[in-house]
Amino acid sequence: MRKYLPKLYLFLIFAFFYLPIIYVIIFSFNDSRSLTNFTGFSFEWYEKMFDNRTMMESIYYSVIIAVLATLVSTIIGTITAIGLSKSRKVVKEFVNQMNNLSMLNPEIVTAIGLMLFFVSLNIETGFMTLLLAHIIFCIPYVILSIMPKLRQLDDNLAEAALDLGCTPWQALYKVIIPQIKPGIFTGALTAFTMSFDDFVISYFVTGPGINNISTYVYSSVRRINPSINALSTIIVLGITIILILANVLPLIAQKRRSKTKRVIE
Amino acid sequence: MRSFRRLVYPYIVWGSIFILIPMFMIVFYAFISEGNGVMTVSFTFDNFLRFFEDSIFIEVLLRSLKIAIVTTIICIIVGYPVAYIIARAKPNSQSIAVLLITLPMWINMLVRTYAWRGILLESGLSPEVKVYIGMVYNFLPFMILQIYTSLSKMNKDYLIAATDLGCNARQAFLKVTLPLSVPGIISGITLVFLPAVSSFFIPKLLGGGSFVLIGNLIENYFLTAGDWNFGAAISLIMTIVILISMFITKKFDHEKEAENA
Repeated sequence: MRKYLPKLYLFLIFAFFYLPIIYVIIFSFNDSRSLTNFTGFSFEWYEKMFDNRTMMESIYYSVIIAVLATLVSTIIGTITAIGLSKSRKVVKEFVNQMNNLSMLNPEIVTAIGLMLFFVSLNIETGFMTLLLAHIIFCIPYVILSIMPKLRQLDDNLAEAALDLGCTPWQALYKVIIPQIKPGIFTGALTAFTMSFDDFVISYFVTGPGINNISTYVYSSVRRINPSINALSTIIVLGITIILILANVLPLIAQKRRSKTKRVIE
Repeated sequence: MRSFRRLVYPYIVWGSIFILIPMFMIVFYAFISEGNGVMTVSFTFDNFLRFFEDSIFIEVLLRSLKIAIVTTIICIIVGYPVAYIIARAKPNSQSIAVLLITLPMWINMLVRTYAWRGILLESGLSPEVKVYIGMVYNFLPFMILQIYTSLSKMNKDYLIAATDLGCNARQAFLKVTLPLSVPGIISGITLVFLPAVSSFFIPKLLGGGSFVLIGNLIENYFLTAGDWNFGAAISLIMTIVILISMFITKKFDHEKEAENA
């Protein structure tokens, strides 16, 4: 009995974590509006979802904002991190404190700060403010992911590149960037998930008619709308597929590599 | 190589505009009276007095603190054994367990909280209990992962040494494992308490309209009432309360360290 207790406990915790996800999937196939009684199987809510323009737009905005915010914040974050690694201590300290302020502040404080900023400058809130806000809160995470890789970097390699006739830009592009690639990749991944999942900041800085998935769910929660279950199921499915691919593909690649290695040997 | 230094300058300008100025604006708005133009600013403490003179606001602040503290304690009590069990499992099972915990976190928080609304709809639980379930559900994974990280980094030789020196399993846990995992618990507390105290969609989705926390107050004064000055003052008060709480937690951490040394 004592031996199984830990396993049972883990099982209960995992059940707690997965209960709402399973619940959403089951009720997305319900044929009535009820969220408590499963009355029969149907695809009604999926059809309603695809017919619902605002809902489809919210998916579009979530994806497009996440892609653009990831792209821009990764570029700015990488450039800044490289500069930061060569900067004086005072500058480093200043930028780190600024980033900490952005990351440790409660989201709602960052959100109203940006909202006050946009409105005071008479900038109309909407797609651009939403995108800008996402870029702003993603950059510190990108910098944070890249800095450890830069610290491990051997300074002599870039110096050697310069001695061998590279311009500083070539040294950056051919020597430094390739070595910090894993950090850049982690940073981009973090930025994407932060942006895709964000609710609080988006909610305060978006304008009329522009919703991402989170703000859409929040705004339509007052009335019961089972299409949200269908939407959630599709998100769950999409993310599961991506995660499986992300975890399985490297394994397959590794196997193939070891196989070719064996063939060569 | 030094020329690369210049690469950081654009971000200093960027951050000053988009991180520092917005924070400054919250402070600025909190200290001016409503309807002030930039040209005719008059500073005032009225927004703060209004908050502390009304027992309703104090009540909401205390309720938010209570919810956040209890949520954090539940997360430690429930999460510690989970992290401990995982840290002692075989390496392969460890990575699978960690993957299973992170997987739901990839799915939108709003979507998962919305699901709980359906599950709890006819449960007959009080709004407060529902809010606790939502909070623990959303923040427990952070606590587990933080404690797990500190436990898995622990040098196992310490345990062997403790047993060799005559500790039983219980003593070894209390005197070696637990103190060494305190940093994990502390960073877990930061990751749970902070979002819990400022959360506003969990109480709104699960507690119904009547269950108001400080995050809901801020939301209402900014988006419904349009009283930005008072809203800014509330968020400033909340930030200060959070800073004080974090300071106390950190102090506790240092005292522990001093004790161990």
